[in-house]
Amino acid sequence: MKKFLADKSGLRDHAAPAIARIERRLFLRKGLSLGALAMLSGCDVTNDETVDKVLSAMSRWNDSVQAKIFDPNKLAIEYPESAITTPFPFNAYYGEDEIRLVEAESYKLELSGLIRERKPWTLPELYALPQASQVTRHICVEGWSAIGKWSGTPFRTFLERVGADTTAKYVGFKCADDYYTSIDMATALHPQTLLTFRFADQILPPQYGFPMKLRVPTKLGFKNPKHIMAMYVTNTYPGGYWEDQGYNWFSGS
Amino acid sequence: METATSAPSTTTLAAPAEWIRIHPLVVRITHWINAFAILIMVTSGWRIYNAAPIWDFRIPADLTLGGWLGGALNWHFAAMWLLTINGLVYLAYGIASGHFRRKLLPVTPRAVVQDVLEALRGRLAHADLSVYNAAQRAAYLGIILALVVLVFSGLAIWKPVQWQELTAIFGGYEGARVVHFAAMAVTVLIVLVHVVMVALVPRTLPTMITGRARNPLWGKS
Ligand code: HEM
Repeated sequence: MKKFLADKSGLRDHAAPAIARIERRLFLRKGLSLGALAMLSGCDVTNDETVDKVLSAMSRWNDSVQAKIFDPNKLAIEYPESAITTPFPFNAYYGEDEIRLVEAESYKLELSGLIRERKPWTLPELYALPQASQVTRHICVEGWSAIGKWSGTPFRTFLERVGADTTAKYVGFKCADDYYTSIDMATALHPQTLLTFRFADQILPPQYGFPMKLRVPTKLGFKNPKHIMAMYVTNTYPGGYWEDQGYNWFSGS
Repeated sequence: METATSAPSTTTLAAPAEWIRIHPLVVRITHWINAFAILIMVTSGWRIYNAAPIWDFRIPADLTLGGWLGGALNWHFAAMWLLTINGLVYLAYGIASGHFRRKLLPVTPRAVVQDVLEALRGRLAHADLSVYNAAQRAAYLGIILALVVLVFSGLAIWKPVQWQELTAIFGGYEGARVVHFAAMAVTVLIVLVHVVMVALVPRTLPTMITGRARNPLWGKS
């Protein structure tokens, strides 16, 4: 963890949520001043600090409820290739003109935290891992969905191979575009959670996360990090780019 | 418990009371909690809809709650508990106490059409507050049904993997979104008519708060 916080992108990531929190409070106040909740004005509920606290507490509660609902053996529906959505939508916290390009030759996946073998992985080494494919529905927190085909290695296989402590709570990801997120261990071990290197049978193009994207069909799209540069296993809640701004952390489908 | 729901037959034995109980406490409490929960669910839901509209229109942002998508989602997923638990209390009470059977049934299409026509002519049959006319019964049953569909289609959108069997009933994830929106639209429509009717017969409002209404027979014995 320390290592990530020390680098430049880490610092930037930590400033962003603070700004987002302020914006969120302003938004909440604005939301409440509107006609929709005019009937509430005058009571304590309009106190934005209180509202903020109640809403985050409910979001944490929803995290725990979703963890209970999550069935490690329940598989997401797999579709025929004819159902694939083309063109598959590009989505990130920036526009398509800002897609990060990661250099294949110098790429090294860094591992840290509760992992036994932390040697970095090159792309040829990753490509040599056992492969699997899936055609599943990607569901965005915004509401839209699209079906795509991803191929790569089952994340469970990878975690076992590097000697990750699979009794730990979280797996966190740091990405080349300064994006970061984290998932619960139960989901990380789900049979359909794949560390993918290919999209639609092609090497992952940059817009879909070259060189490596975690495909988690049991979670919303923003829990599927692209351009993964580093991952760590931890028992300390790692948050995420959107999660720290107020999106629900578990966000299971 | 409910009392005095039918015409008093004891007028010769005792003088009728000035006030009669119309709405049981459970119904009044769950009604107002529900109205509050619906307000939050609908206005935050509109904001969520705007993030990826199904059709070629958006809801004016000023009518929405939450300020941004993440805020709206947090409101929606917090208020869903209030709506669902409160709704379950109301349904359990309504079924177990016989409240639904007594007040919302029977309702025949013929009676509904007749009462709606009466209402349109400005002659609303709602003199006795302890009895709902057929138009009311249809509206209340309709709104209860719409809310049940809203909750289940919402669960189908929330858990399209874990509860995929439920999602399949609504035609999959995209189908469930459409059903969820349609159930919202029906709910909002009936609620608007409902509130207009309350405005037209304003003495129903204090009754829904205190539970009591003046007995039309009082002082006549
Ligand atoms: C501010 C808005 C609202 C007002 C002023 C209001 C007012 C009332 C009143 C006065 C009654 C009693 C009618 C009578 O005695 O004839 C009533 C009953 C009812 N209302 Fe509302 N209401 C509101 C919102 C809602 C909403 C949002 C819903 C559902 C989504 C709803 C569903 C019902 C139902 C189901 C009943 C029948 C209750 C029973 O006897 O079980 N109302 N409402």
